[in-house]
Amino acid sequence: MYPKIIFHITFYALLFTALAACTPPTTPEPVEVAPAAPQKLTVMTHDSFAISEDVLASFQQEYNIEVQFLEAGDTGSAVNKAALAKGKPLADVFYGVDNTFLSRALDEGIFEAYQSPLLAEIPDDFELDPQHRALPVDYGDVCLNYEVAYFQERNLAPPENLEDLLKPEYAGLLVVENPATSSPGLAFLFATIGYFGEAGYLDFWQGLVENDVEVVNDWETAYYTEFSQWGGARPIVVSYGSSPPFEMIFAEQPLDEPPTAAVTGAGSCFRQIEFVGILAGAPNRALAEKWVDYMLSPTFQEDIPLQMYVFPVNPNAELDETFEKYLAIPEKPAFLTPADIAARREQWIKDWTETVLR
Amino acid sequence: MRNKHNVHLLLWLAPLAFLAVFYFYPLGSILSLSLSRSEAGILAPFVEAVASDSVRRVIDFTIWQALLSTLLTLLLGLPGAYLLARYDFRGKGLLRALTGVPFVMPTLVVAAGFSALLGSHGWINVALMRLFDLPNPPIQFLNTLAAILVAHVFYNTTIVLRMVGDFWSHLDPRLGKAAQTLGANRWQVLHKVTLPLLSPAIYAAALLVFIFDFTSFGVILVLGGPHFATLEVEIYYQTISLFDLPLAAALSALQLSCTLGMTILYARLSGKISLPLKLQSRKHTQGRLITWRQRLFALGMVALLLIILTTPLLALAGRSLTTLGGIDSPEGSIAPGLTLAFYRELGINRQESLFYVTPLSAIGVSLTYASATVILALILGLPAAWALSTDRKSPLNRILDPLLMLPLGTSAVTLGLGFIIALAHPPLDLRASPLLVPIAHTLVAFPFVVRSLTPAMQSIQPRLRHAATVLGASPRQVIRHVDLPIVGRALLVAATFAFTISIGEFGATSLLSRPEFPTAPVAIYRLLSRPGAMNYGQALALSTILMAFAAVGMLAIERFRIAEVGEF
Repeated sequence: MYPKIIFHITFYALLFTALAACTPPTTPEPVEVAPAAPQKLTVMTHDSFAISEDVLASFQQEYNIEVQFLEAGDTGSAVNKAALAKGKPLADVFYGVDNTFLSRALDEGIFEAYQSPLLAEIPDDFELDPQHRALPVDYGDVCLNYEVAYFQERNLAPPENLEDLLKPEYAGLLVVENPATSSPGLAFLFATIGYFGEAGYLDFWQGLVENDVEVVNDWETAYYTEFSQWGGARPIVVSYGSSPPFEMIFAEQPLDEPPTAAVTGAGSCFRQIEFVGILAGAPNRALAEKWVDYMLSPTFQEDIPLQMYVFPVNPNAELDETFEKYLAIPEKPAFLTPADIAARREQWIKDWTETVLR
Repeated sequence: MRNKHNVHLLLWLAPLAFLAVFYFYPLGSILSLSLSRSEAGILAPFVEAVASDSVRRVIDFTIWQALLSTLLTLLLGLPGAYLLARYDFRGKGLLRALTGVPFVMPTLVVAAGFSALLGSHGWINVALMRLFDLPNPPIQFLNTLAAILVAHVFYNTTIVLRMVGDFWSHLDPRLGKAAQTLGANRWQVLHKVTLPLLSPAIYAAALLVFIFDFTSFGVILVLGGPHFATLEVEIYYQTISLFDLPLAAALSALQLSCTLGMTILYARLSGKISLPLKLQSRKHTQGRLITWRQRLFALGMVALLLIILTTPLLALAGRSLTTLGGIDSPEGSIAPGLTLAFYRELGINRQESLFYVTPLSAIGVSLTYASATVILALILGLPAAWALSTDRKSPLNRILDPLLMLPLGTSAVTLGLGFIIALAHPPLDLRASPLLVPIAHTLVAFPFVVRSLTPAMQSIQPRLRHAATVLGASPRQVIRHVDLPIVGRALLVAATFAFTISIGEFGATSLLSRPEFPTAPVAIYRLLSRPGAMNYGQALALSTILMAFAAVGMLAIERFRIAEVGEF
């Protein structure tokens, strides 16, 4: 009868644990016990990483490797973690650095070079690191999206490019994300810098302010709170070029057409490319190479869109037909080099903040 | 005297060892590494921070909004605590449980609830527009200071209700009655008798609320919008967006010293006033609602609490049960239909994803982590509270007391990175360990446990223990028959806090959890960060399930009255 309370608390805790254990999380079934114990490979990723069970299983089976994933927060957090752990890497491979953070990763020296044979299949535009320390895996375009019905009902033509947003008929219709806190927000700022140049982008933003642009801090608020498609009042939002086909795939009821569309006029989108690399000093270099090759191979690449909502860089990967039909690929996305981004990011965000938020 | 010190040292051993390994070591590692990256010397980032106008503006705003939020929270919480402490009425347990639910809800979800209610096309604005035939939504709520304050009150009122309410319910009402007999009026009784007696609990609750508001991150970011930034938001921006680690470290240190300052102030204030009281069983302190005045007060208070603390959540639950397409029309004229589609979809792994989890297993993971957190936080918190309550003036206690609160005031980004560099290599390689999450949660829950327990433990009159000992009770019997009945209720409050903190925590969890075992908030966030009605609907549905589990869990704790004071 010693402290009854301790007993009670322990009892209930155990009960909860037991309850939790009754519904085991769906971990992949270990595929066939191989004769030799599998070798272990650790892959660090950002929190948007996902993969199909069978795609992972086929890799694990083929090479008798057991992959453990470490999730390291959003892209920026994950890059920081990798940079701070330099020299004593947390994993063998790191996937998830994008072109807006690439310079930080390369300057910090977190990767070692690996010229995968599969790079031959991938278009050169995606290869931003000539030394092959970071290898491109997927891309996504940050573009303006608009609600189709809103413009149809009012017989209003939707905007076709960035300049259109300054017209009086679009006053009060646009919501964007803060580049200091949001990755698509930053990408859209880069699009305007790429398109109008360093000399002109702030004038454009000044014009947007005069046209009553709304700024929120994150994509979730912009898209699900302010965007008119989902209960807000503004029919134009900064999102991804891929959002319209996903609106179809994840609709409540089957739709004939996507309810939203992307603006893909020249220079109005910014392309985010995500990279994988072998961490400097990786304990399992040989296994890491196999994993990197696998990520660039069509099997993994075809799995990307429905798992991670971005698109394969390997043109041999076939896309789901919804994407073939409704994915708008901008002809000329705006471009900035990772080195420029690294050098100017802080100043650009500061100037933008002065112009738009003050 | 020497013997007493030894006892204190012994009690402090486990909590201090835990804090040393899982708090001071990682924090020290990241701060020193960050500052060593400064090219202009270690002091330069501090000079930069202090000299910068924008940093000063951020600090001013951080303190200002925290003070305002804390005051508003007390304004709602204290009358609420009075109601719960002094009156017994039907549905009280349910009310208490419901007021605790906000604590477990992730900010992004709460923001969705507020916007369903008060957004430009939220229910209230749409109703007002239709009623008065207005062209534009009359209420602008999101992205204002008001949204930040309301959200802080929404989250933190439960701290005041629980910590002050429980202490109040054991105060002897006869003290006030005696004062009244001696000619004091109601306000004099409140001012001269009740508040002074309650002050240990009020100060403790206010301190926790203040530190929570002071380090607020999600609420500021999501509900406050881009025009507001607290120190925590600035640290995040400097760390993640700019990778200016030296400046981020300087800001972190600044935030920590503010927390430390507040805690020392608290310790001085509460050190003056804590006195042993004769706590009463609630049987003797609570009455029924008899006069119309009492009933009116109770009715108004219950309504106010329910409106502020539960309507955003109800709006959220409502949205998870209606088709989202209905929102399409700006006039809101299409009545949205009811649907369970989002709930059904939660159970299907449509993309055969490796990291898919069923809603029940996400809740299961959350409950497992929460149980581990409760156990760990109580094991560490009990001896610390004990040591603190036996002799506040001892030098050891005076030094250690303020240190306990530091984890609450520490930037999550900074500490998260600290975990990575300090705890990822042998001998302490916890990289993929499932223990990291409950350890991080315990750091936040531990100060709550200590603060909930100390006022009750201090109130045990040493005479009672002595009397029991003189009458032949063994130390064990003293604990069982004297200490435990008195602190039992506080222990329950402490456990509830640890439990709810763990279930609702998102920031640290998202940095430390294993992708195969996401907690419910992490799973909700995953759904919320994807486009498409089905994803959004599922996020709302999973949030509603989490809410229901939290409410049921808290009701169960309400029922589970251990070692009630009435036993003696």
